[in-house]
Amino acid sequence: MSLTRQEVAHLARLSRLALSDDELDHLVPQLDVILASVARVAEAGTKEQMAEVPPTSHAVPMTNVFRADVLRPCLPRDEVLAAAPAVEDGRFRVPRILEEEG
Amino acid sequence: MSTPGDGQLVGRNASDLAASIANGEVSAVEVTQAHLDRIAATDGELHAFLYVAAEEALACAGEVDAARSRGDALGPLAGVPLALKDIFATRGMPTTCGSKILEGWWPPYDATVVSRLKAAGIVVLGKTNMDEFAMGSSTENSAFGPTCNPWDISRIPGGSSGGSAAAVAAEQAPLAVGTDTGGSIRQPAAVCGIVGVKPTYGGVSRYGLVAFSSSLDQGGPFARTVLDAALLHEAIAGYDPCDSTSIAGFAAPVALAAARRDVSGMRVGVVRELGGAGYEPEVEARFREAVAVLEELGAQVSEVSCPAFGFALPAYYLIAPSECSSNLARFDAMRFGLRVGGDHGEGASDVMSRTRGAGFGAEVKRRIMIGTYALSSGYYDAYYGQAQKVRTLISRDFSAAFEKVDVLLSPTTPTVAFPLGERVDDPTAMYATDLATVPANLAGVPALSMPCGLANGLPVGLQIMAPALADERMYRVAGALEAELDTRRGGPLRSGYEPGAGVPAS
Repeated sequence: MSLTRQEVAHLARLSRLALSDDELDHLVPQLDVILASVARVAEAGTKEQMAEVPPTSHAVPMTNVFRADVLRPCLPRDEVLAAAPAVEDGRFRVPRILEEEG
Repeated sequence: MSTPGDGQLVGRNASDLAASIANGEVSAVEVTQAHLDRIAATDGELHAFLYVAAEEALACAGEVDAARSRGDALGPLAGVPLALKDIFATRGMPTTCGSKILEGWWPPYDATVVSRLKAAGIVVLGKTNMDEFAMGSSTENSAFGPTCNPWDISRIPGGSSGGSAAAVAAEQAPLAVGTDTGGSIRQPAAVCGIVGVKPTYGGVSRYGLVAFSSSLDQGGPFARTVLDAALLHEAIAGYDPCDSTSIAGFAAPVALAAARRDVSGMRVGVVRELGGAGYEPEVEARFREAVAVLEELGAQVSEVSCPAFGFALPAYYLIAPSECSSNLARFDAMRFGLRVGGDHGEGASDVMSRTRGAGFGAEVKRRIMIGTYALSSGYYDAYYGQAQKVRTLISRDFSAAFEKVDVLLSPTTPTVAFPLGERVDDPTAMYATDLATVPANLAGVPALSMPCGLANGLPVGLQIMAPALADERMYRVAGALEAELDTRRGGPLRSGYEPGAGVPAS
């Protein structure tokens, strides 16, 4: 297995990470070595043995944790907006979310 | 240089300081000021802190003194100063998580751990340095520069909670709080020669703890003694309805266990797979000597095999990056934190990519991309799915082992503190630091690291693991071993750090 530069560039796009060419050059061999080392999980048992092992997503056996639906005060709006990158009329100001039609 | 009175306050244990404050020998304000002075004198060199909250700390200490003079009941650590990892949201202090993407963020709320510290009258001195988003084993992944190890400033203090560990080892604070996802409390505690504990998963609330890998992250205490760690453990643990994985009705009596100092008849298992290749001979020697001491104290020692532990590291380095790739999607440049671009009509997706490209460091980018790869269709079964099955095998190994023994032992880390810069561009060598610590996170069981001696002048950590919900067992073993080692050594292990002393010749 060997990751190509194109594959790493694609991963960066999926991850919403704008990377420079230098960063890509550096990352391709590093990710390749990391993936080769973590691929060792395949050796933990034979296919037949592993077929009978259920996956664990969580160490504590709890499902569907609910709390009472009680009204609580929310965070003060001014304090929350004070931490925002841009604000307008008491709201978050965000960049354009739809592409313009050409 | 500290003033005469300070020398008697910094370096003292938390339980001891709390007793002196409670009986009026010294005020909480004096204790806090002495530690702030110590930070001012030492942190230029060590860089354990990212933010020092002198005013807030003195105000908090003043409230403890006022409560005492009113005759109010004080908690067992009231007035004792503490260093807080910069991963916990704090109202009135910035929270960066060691990242440029959160630089200058002042959270509008306190993490539950922080609310509990305040309720206990514990004085938060400031926020400590860490690997960015807790990803790393050396603090070198902090966007704000590394922390130095007080035992040898040319070496790493461990990570990711390296600032917290260094602060306690250098006597800037008697207590600290960190978080442990794959060893981030135990490994820095080991290489800084102090006590560090990862409680049972679900024991300490994750509310307000910036999430890295939600099924593994757990907050926990640092201290210079087992009893101090236990007192802090009790102060921060407890059920929290704001964390859906918090365990209700669970409070391990750890302080009582730490003070018991008796291990006779306890069954202690040495994990065969956590030793040998990759472990320094001197580290293994100190470990074996400590095990022999436990045997002399009356513990029944046996060797236990946990074959799946050999696959814990690769499973961890698939599960943690997978969860992080999802968790860190919240850093989207919209509601808080850094935003790059967006003023000239660029779309939100572009702004998000540019912001994350500029705001995240190299290791965070690597992990997000590994996680994205492991979760993508076509690779999911071979990577993430298989890692989750290995996680089951590791839990089964723990269950089988705890049928035979009460606690499991291993060295905490394969090596002593390595030189700064040595592994920073070699991710898999850095990951190998976590060889012995990741199994406990994957299974959710509690684990503690305590100093068990020196190898070439640098501290070696002993790891004690216990079954889930039985945190008190490891404190019982650690308390007894600490007392015996201190007696034989003629006192506790101390870094003896003084600023400007340079690198010890060795």
